[in-house]
Amino acid sequence: MIDNLDACRVIERNRNDAIVVTTMGAGNPRFGWPIVSRDETMDVPVGGAMGKASSFALGLALAQPGRNVLILDGDGSLVMNLGTLTTISERAPANLYHFVFDNGCYAVTGGQPIPADGKVSFKEMASGAGYSATYEFDNLEDLASGIGEILQKQGPVLVNLKITPEIENTPIGQRPRPTRNTYAAVQELRQALSE
Amino acid sequence: MEQAETVLHPHAILSELRKNDVTHVVWLPDSETNFMYEQLMADPTLELVPVSREGETMAIAAGLWVGGKKPVALIQNTGIFESGDSIRGLGLDVDQPLVMLIGYRGWDRHGIVRDSAAKFTEHIIHAWGINYYLVETDDDADRISLAMNEAQRDSKPVAVLVGTEFGA
Repeated sequence: MIDNLDACRVIERNRNDAIVVTTMGAGNPRFGWPIVSRDETMDVPVGGAMGKASSFALGLALAQPGRNVLILDGDGSLVMNLGTLTTISERAPANLYHFVFDNGCYAVTGGQPIPADGKVSFKEMASGAGYSATYEFDNLEDLASGIGEILQKQGPVLVNLKITPEIENTPIGQRPRPTRNTYAAVQELRQALSE
Repeated sequence: MEQAETVLHPHAILSELRKNDVTHVVWLPDSETNFMYEQLMADPTLELVPVSREGETMAIAAGLWVGGKKPVALIQNTGIFESGDSIRGLGLDVDQPLVMLIGYRGWDRHGIVRDSAAKFTEHIIHAWGINYYLVETDDDADRISLAMNEAQRDSKPVAVLVGTEFGA
């Protein structure tokens, strides 16, 4: 299994000038992407949209074909919006890289298992939907050595990461708040891309 | 006396989209708008983004808009019911100037509206505080420009209800 923050560090080291869209655990301000990102303007946290962060990333990838777009998705988010796999495959943006932080549960609501945890394979689902390439990693070393080559592949690519769950049981009001919300991030990125 | 045009043709809609420099149509086909498909595919100025489920449309459109494009959504009212959280989170909450062309299933100007899809549509749109226009014939098509201008001016989603099936 891979630590959530370690996975973010490896992805950040390889992002170059990519836009990074995050949701749920991957974007957690205590153990996720905001801690490691060195280019906040190119980050968009998309929380509370019932799994639509990958759909937002698809739109960005189609609008900005000269720039890679990385989506750091959750497994619970992906099962809420499974049709995204065929929608992404249909337009097949070459610059879209879909990382799934697969911890098997809804960590932000206390760790309840997602449907079909232990049975579902997002790698196989994406492959069956028609993604250009699919991968799965359950240890950090293999991810670190493979990611450079993966980000050279033609998208859409799905990379399923087996992540150690970071269960949150504290009341929502007592959890650290994100430093940037979706509104601010969207406005800043839109401005930056127009310059 | 000359008869008023009482049919809505796809070219009337497409002409409005071109006039407003729309770049992408994010859509899921329905019985009100399905006849647009061939003309959408044939139009080199418009890119079609088909979705698997309507709730994706607002999120994809948000990404396109942030990336500098000018999309519209084209779905049925039944899909609007399914799309509620996307309209909230990635339409209203981020000030997306998105025009949503909505097939108005069940709407009938001349009789009793029996289809619950039509009965609830305007109530739901009112609940979100989204303004809307009704398009039933070619003569109404310029209301799409009104909607486009309003969405851009106020940085908010605006709806256009397509209240009839297209003529050939």
